Amino acid sequence: MSKHTLDYLDELEAEAIYILREVAGQFEKPALLFSGGKDSITLVRLAEKAFRPGKFPFPLVHIDTGHNFKETIEYRDKMISRIGEKLIVGLVQDSIDEGKVVEQKGKNASRNTLQTVTLLDTIARHGFDACIGGARRDEEKARAKERIFSVRDEFGQWDPKRQRPELWNIFNGKIHKGENVRVFPISNWTELDVWNYIRREKIELPSIYFAHEREVITRNGQYMAASPFLNMDDEDIIERRTVRFRTVGDMTCTAAVESYAYQIDDIINEISESKISERGARMDDKVSEAAMEDRKKGGYF
Amino acid sequence: MDILKFITAGSVDDGKSTLIGRLLYDSESILADQLEALHRSNRKNDDGTIDLAILTDGLKAEREQGITIDVAYKYFQTDKRKFIIADTPGHIQYTRNMVTGASNANLAIILVDARKGVIEQTIRHSYLVSLLGIQQVVVCINKMDMVDYSEAIFETIVNDYKALAYKVGLQNVKYIPVSALKGDNIVNESLKMHWYEGKSLLHFLETVELKRDESTAHARFPVQWVVRPQTEELHDYRGYAGRVSSGSFKVNDKVTVLPSGFHSTIEKIEVLDAEPEEAVAGMSVTIHLKDEIDISRGDVLVNTEYQPQTAQQIEADLCWMDTRALDTSLTYFIQHNSKLTRCKIQEVLYKVNINTLEKEFGEEFKLNDIGRIIIKTAEPLPFDPYQTIKANGGAILIDSRTNVTVGALMLRSSATD
Repeated sequence: MSKHTLDYLDELEAEAIYILREVAGQFEKPALLFSGGKDSITLVRLAEKAFRPGKFPFPLVHIDTGHNFKETIEYRDKMISRIGEKLIVGLVQDSIDEGKVVEQKGKNASRNTLQTVTLLDTIARHGFDACIGGARRDEEKARAKERIFSVRDEFGQWDPKRQRPELWNIFNGKIHKGENVRVFPISNWTELDVWNYIRREKIELPSIYFAHEREVITRNGQYMAASPFLNMDDEDIIERRTVRFRTVGDMTCTAAVESYAYQIDDIINEISESKISERGARMDDKVSEAAMEDRKKGGYF
Repeated sequence: MDILKFITAGSVDDGKSTLIGRLLYDSESILADQLEALHRSNRKNDDGTIDLAILTDGLKAEREQGITIDVAYKYFQTDKRKFIIADTPGHIQYTRNMVTGASNANLAIILVDARKGVIEQTIRHSYLVSLLGIQQVVVCINKMDMVDYSEAIFETIVNDYKALAYKVGLQNVKYIPVSALKGDNIVNESLKMHWYEGKSLLHFLETVELKRDESTAHARFPVQWVVRPQTEELHDYRGYAGRVSSGSFKVNDKVTVLPSGFHSTIEKIEVLDAEPEEAVAGMSVTIHLKDEIDISRGDVLVNTEYQPQTAQQIEADLCWMDTRALDTSLTYFIQHNSKLTRCKIQEVLYKVNINTLEKEFGEEFKLNDIGRIIIKTAEPLPFDPYQTIKANGGAILIDSRTNVTVGALMLRSSATD
């Protein structure tokens, strides 16, 4: 009999495919939350491995703050036409127009927290019972405790004290009407695993992940892309720098790092040696030590 | 490079979180901003050094109470291996959390306080590790700094533990004297215990050979999803998507579909554009059969020569995980692989006092209780004994009123009269 054991990337890939198929098998109306970032792009690749030559048993859903990097949107539309799957876009602007959320004011205004409302609305409107996301447990310590199948109540809330036990690879997706489950197939991957997988699978990414010249300003010791969405004043000095983004989110809360990593090999070297973890480049987690836990309880991804 | 998943069993007082913190800290697996957060925090040890336990305490509630109340996963890697740690709480009221963490582990670290030796909770943790079928155990005798790094104390505890290991049926046990607080024998070898000739804990974790039982066991493939594009060019395409849970399948292998019992032969194995000749344990693939058979989610393909038992009355070990006690008059759901069906607990045979390992009879089955029961399922389940093929012997119980997972089942044998 075979003594073969799987390499770690093969093992992580097989686990993620298994989880995606469990979603397909257990839920009536799942969706894949697609942000245009490398983690959700990786999920799309894994979904191809799970379901081709069939169609995906779920649409892709993009919660659009309107404050996007144009490269992300271009990438998204090109990818959708390549894979031939359905895309649903939930606009934060609609939530603002409907008066459900109020735009933040001041210098550090961002639509990042507003998207929770748009997300919950989109889930309710389409009746999604499971939302697949690209979150990883190594990102942050509240995430480190989240289940792979994470049940949310009617209000989208995560209750860390009432999580279901998750045993072996048996995932309990049974829910009541109105509840939904967030599913994280790449929970056990690290940032470096994702990059190694992208290299191995030759997956194309939005160009802003790679080093490029860009106008930036410095906020709280971090580089932010200068854009009409960022409230700037006289104190903000615009300079041109060679940077890249380690995560791709809303333009007002995603910081760039100075980098000359033009190729994926450079990026992998950079991350292997890097001394700042990935979420360290997200302004939204810096507010307090329990920032992520509090946002997740409120329905944030 | 492969992945080692391990759990740590012990309580806060044993210095468990400190041990994990030390592993991460000394193996330089903590990134700059996390380190900064660590230094910013005002929790310090008595001697003014930073409290490494903070690295594993994720939730606000835990930081307030200074205890670990859930399973936290930590990731680190060295040149030799990738590691996933399931950090589980040690108190008896969190037995279910430990069972959860242990269900996916290849190895368990059991912490023993050098000042206290083998105590009630050591018995409990060792029993659970054995029940969940973890093959390799490392007993870390911690706080050696508090007993003057005494070899005699270490030896006494090792001998006591050997008796316990025999009693609960643990075979591969390694003993290491450590001080998580001071860093002795965690990542770096201790300079204080020259009498100990072994290597450090990390060295052991990096080099221990893992017996991957599932790769040499009989072939099992639970079907999760049927791929049927039904397009013009793929009109007759019908592939069975799933993950090989144990053994391996090759093209032309004879297989049986359970529970229906139909036979066929493997025509093709697919992974997107690739067509491997063989699918081994752990691989997610799509399998095509030569014959058209009605197969759906919940069915399992097995090697025709080595079939599992198929039964509706099954004896099993149960760990109860809900605050509401087990109710033998209720109908629960049982989920085994991709199969979901209804069941009843027909009989409670006994409970185990997990502190003393003695059997108890006629009592209510409450949160964190463990014991032996007989279940009766609405549909037949093709299963292997958990201690033989873990992947095909574990199942969960779901409360049909709340949908919550209320029990972990380790199936043992058919109980049909």
